[in-house]
Amino acid sequence: MTVPDVAITTERLATEPLVALVSSGADGGVVTFAGLVRNHNQGRQVRFLEYEAYQPLAERALRQIVGETKTQWPEVRVAVHHRVGRLDIGDASIVIAAASSHRADAFAASRYVIERVKQIVPIWKHEHFEGGDVWLEGATADPDDEAARVEAYRIACA
Amino acid sequence: MRVTVRLFARLRELTGAGELVRDVASPATARDVGEAVATEWPAIRAYESTLSVAVNAEYSRLHSSVNDGDEVAFLPPVSGG
Repeated sequence: MTVPDVAITTERLATEPLVALVSSGADGGVVTFAGLVRNHNQGRQVRFLEYEAYQPLAERALRQIVGETKTQWPEVRVAVHHRVGRLDIGDASIVIAAASSHRADAFAASRYVIERVKQIVPIWKHEHFEGGDVWLEGATADPDDEAARVEAYRIACA
Repeated sequence: MRVTVRLFARLRELTGAGELVRDVASPATARDVGEAVATEWPAIRAYESTLSVAVNAEYSRLHSSVNDGDEVAFLPPVSGG
């Protein structure tokens, strides 16, 4: 089965298929990132998370991020998969792979992807903790907000 | 005209519905659709200054016009990753 470069899925995530997809003989490095469900958040004991997505728009937003990455780092190839549904402690919620002929660009591009995901991809965490539950709300999603994009780039290159 | 309204995360829970079908007077903007929903569920007004809107699964603006049959989605601040 062909591995897509972007995906929103209920399936368990793995970095290896993404590495195989993005890397080639011309690459000197591939950076992978896996975001995990943590057992604590803001003083709360987290039991599990439920992720919800607006699937077609979330895929579109991931595709936009891949496009931005290509513009910023033409030599880098990236792939990103996000999981939705119920995730337990330690499960990967997102995996990213970025391959490049030189490591600096691969590190920067992978960081850029995760920062942009948190800004513009319509996905929400419903945190279930000891004693209650809460919807986590971060950034107001605006893909045209240039200041946010520049901030993600600044963090990526820091 | 008739539009489908999609609500996500806490907005979905506040209204008890992820998908609604509503008739709105034509011409209408996404804001008019949001007003119709907020009239039924005033609690979602708390999101007025922070929500994003999408029309037919593309990011849009509250002042954008909507057409018969469109899907209008209201999105609270995102928290993926």
